[in-house]
Amino acid sequence: MDASRVWKVSEQRESLVHARGLTKAYGAFEAVRGIDLDVRRGEAFGFLGPNGAGKSSTMRMIGAVSPVSGGTLRILGMDPATDGPAIRARLGVCPQDDTLDTELSVQENLTVYGRYFGLSRAECRARAAELLEFVALTDKAKVKVDELSGGMKRRLTIARSLVSKPDLLLLDEPTTGLDPQARHLLWDKLFRLKQAGVTLIITTHYMDEAEQLCDRLVVMDGGLIAAEGSPYELIRDYSTREVTELRFGPEVMSTDHDALAGKVEDLAQRIEVLPDRLLLYTDDGERAVAAVHERGLQPAAVLVRRSTLEDVFLRLTGRTLVD
Amino acid sequence: MSVVLENGRRQFDYWATVYKRTWKGSLVSSFLLPLLYLAAMGIGLGSFVDGTGTGALGGISYLQFIAPGLLAATALQIAVGESTYPVLGGIKWQKFYFSMIATPLRPADVMYGQLAFVAFRVLTTCAVFLLVIALFGGLATPWGLFGLPVALLVGMAASAPVCAVATRLDNDSGFAMIFRFGVIPAFLFSGAFFPVSQLPNWIEWLAYLSPLWHGVELSRDLSLGTVDPLAALGNLAYLAAWFVVGTWFAVRGLTRRLIS
Repeated sequence: MDASRVWKVSEQRESLVHARGLTKAYGAFEAVRGIDLDVRRGEAFGFLGPNGAGKSSTMRMIGAVSPVSGGTLRILGMDPATDGPAIRARLGVCPQDDTLDTELSVQENLTVYGRYFGLSRAECRARAAELLEFVALTDKAKVKVDELSGGMKRRLTIARSLVSKPDLLLLDEPTTGLDPQARHLLWDKLFRLKQAGVTLIITTHYMDEAEQLCDRLVVMDGGLIAAEGSPYELIRDYSTREVTELRFGPEVMSTDHDALAGKVEDLAQRIEVLPDRLLLYTDDGERAVAAVHERGLQPAAVLVRRSTLEDVFLRLTGRTLVD
Repeated sequence: MSVVLENGRRQFDYWATVYKRTWKGSLVSSFLLPLLYLAAMGIGLGSFVDGTGTGALGGISYLQFIAPGLLAATALQIAVGESTYPVLGGIKWQKFYFSMIATPLRPADVMYGQLAFVAFRVLTTCAVFLLVIALFGGLATPWGLFGLPVALLVGMAASAPVCAVATRLDNDSGFAMIFRFGVIPAFLFSGAFFPVSQLPNWIEWLAYLSPLWHGVELSRDLSLGTVDPLAALGNLAYLAAWFVVGTWFAVRGLTRRLIS
């Protein structure tokens, strides 16, 4: 009893973002409908969710640029309603839109931004040089932002968010719209920041990104938190160790899938019928395959794979398309 | 107050950088157009007007009559130009306002910074224009140099409410309306080129509502040395009111747009 109370107090102290019953409404529409969360110092925390799940609204509230509609929110121990500027002084924000000044040079975008935090010109120049090195844009320093590729702009936006040496870095869909090379380069940079002890909060709808970067994450859906944990815990709790995918040939109508599913139902903890294949959620995929063959079924293709966050995500938020 | 000043100082480098990038491009619109007006109206039309006697103007040359008004009108045009596309750009296209408020700056600070930059643009442009006017002999007395602070006040009285409108627009089509139904009529009918008493009564009253008319009056009275203190105070107060009320609405508009 006492021990848990002590633990709670220390958790509170270490928590850079602390939310209880947090809500956000735009008129009659409730984008965030009561969430609890704590982001601890040094961790990489992820918000996963389909479009419209409330991730960006939550991020804007944490960024102290969107008033809280209800509940409690403390950022770095401060109340955004009264200490917005003091909070923002210690945040780095990488918004979904780059919001770079395309008329200015790469370097100017950094130095000018540093000045908003009250840094001296000399400091801004030094930080800019350092950060351009970090995001591999040193040779583009004098180039106008207009001329950069999407990936370069994203790297510059991340560099800009680091000018003030923030305690907490907010990244809203940092790699959306980038090609694989650019994404991997960015992940590498973000991983190095994490190693350096920067606390990261990331929103994404890329599962591989979340698995790569996040120590802990929440899956949001419809303005609520559907699940919380490390990628490993989420997979353990909401999926199985492995997934067996069975594809049947074109002679098997998709309407027959339900009948087929009935025959193998007992081989898996959970089974999912898709138009083109059956998914068997099981801890031992190979054994399920063997059992399927024993029952005389002849799938055209079989794939046994490990469960991923994507399986968790789809289970929690459904397969329905969200626009 | 000290926070506002500090946050203004922090934006100085941004606006200085923007100006370094854009001042060449703004030369034509800032200086060439008013110069053309000065040449065509003041010297071209002026020689014609002066030839038929300038009794109606009180014995001064037509150039001296229009130059102070043209200065105020130039301030208005520069100010409106800098308060339309740049403001909506900060919200919608470049979105640089959003990057600013992710820092300790607040929306009000951002709006004050924008207005300060407009003030700088008005002041520098009008200073050069005033110099040219003086060289052409457009100032009846040295008091006409006080047209510069008046021009600044006219600029701010126009800029603040236009910023307020810009923060409430979804696209730039509203700007065409501001120019067509605001700036151009004000430019032509605010007494810069002829006394508004020449106008039909109802238009004359519309002219009195325009901040530009008050600026033209002040600027010209200063230049001709015909200042009536009470009227001048009224003109100043009217312009200041446009600026103060406009700024209030601009800050409110930008805050609502950026913080949601």
